[in-house]
Amino acid sequence: MIVNGKEMEKDNLTNLSSLLEKLNIKEDRVVVELNKNIIDKSQFSTTNLEHSDILEIIAFVGGG
Amino acid sequence: MNIKVNENWECVDKESTLFYIKEKYHKDSDVCILNGYPINDDKKLKDKDEVVFIKKGQIPTMDELESLLVARHTPGVHSKVKKAVIGIAGLGGLGSNIAISLARVGVGKLVIVDFDVVEPSNLNRQQYFIKDIGKYKVHALKEILLNINPFIEIEEKVELIREDNIQSLFKDVDIIIEAFDNPISKASLSTKVLTSMREKYLIASSGMAGYYDSNLIKTRKINSKFYICGDEENEAKEGQGLMATRVSICANHMANIAIRIILGEEGEIDNG
Repeated sequence: MIVNGKEMEKDNLTNLSSLLEKLNIKEDRVVVELNKNIIDKSQFSTTNLEHSDILEIIAFVGGG
Repeated sequence: MNIKVNENWECVDKESTLFYIKEKYHKDSDVCILNGYPINDDKKLKDKDEVVFIKKGQIPTMDELESLLVARHTPGVHSKVKKAVIGIAGLGGLGSNIAISLARVGVGKLVIVDFDVVEPSNLNRQQYFIKDIGKYKVHALKEILLNINPFIEIEEKVELIREDNIQSLFKDVDIIIEAFDNPISKASLSTKVLTSMREKYLIASSGMAGYYDSNLIKTRKINSKFYICGDEENEAKEGQGLMATRVSICANHMANIAIRIILGEEGEIDNG
């Protein structure tokens, strides 16, 4: 898979939730673009990952 | 030939110079601005040049004021930005700075939304005054914006922005700017706009706390409708505050990408 422009092994990651957990990113603070589609957080645990996936993960930090 | 003198087109002799026009139309002015740039020496003019003459210390009539306000703009910019409508979600350190820059540039209409009132700790980075403490931010900011540029339209809404009212609050805007403080709110507004309001541009923010290097703050294009500004790392937290300097750098990254979108520098936009 390609995550934020870098190659990453899919290994045993099954869905988006498992990927975010591995990257230590909280699900409620993120925007995920999977193969050019934005995925709602309600769908993270049911969106399965493929070896060919290209992901952009924007993790928000507080302040404004 | 035709030249624009303080917003009026005048037919003048083709040999006319800047100072000749000054003598003819605005003899007692102190500042001469030619095509957005102040000029001190006389110069021959050409067809379609835009000149503005300003008398320092004199408050112009309302008719004249708008053209003088934009005299230092790059030619052609004002008529385009005047047609744009931009929504700003949250009027804290980011939102108040963004709104002021966009008002100065002359963006035609701003939709400003915030539920909160001004309190003293806001004054370290937000564009309010001591006299504003206790006022709703939307009301205090509207007053400030119209004091800067009375020729723009401000639509103000005192509301907590939620996933179920974003669409109605920002239905008329071309660009939505996310200017929240809370990261959960940032993510939820962004996801909602990107999934349910796909015709809108979204400019979001992440990472501008502390006093780290200014140059870490960037504008990053995620896709054709979505930009993020900030260092994407340094969060506001215990032991790391928010400061006027970096917050306003990030705010103006956001305001500038909005202007670039409107002016077509980032691809096509249909702004009617």
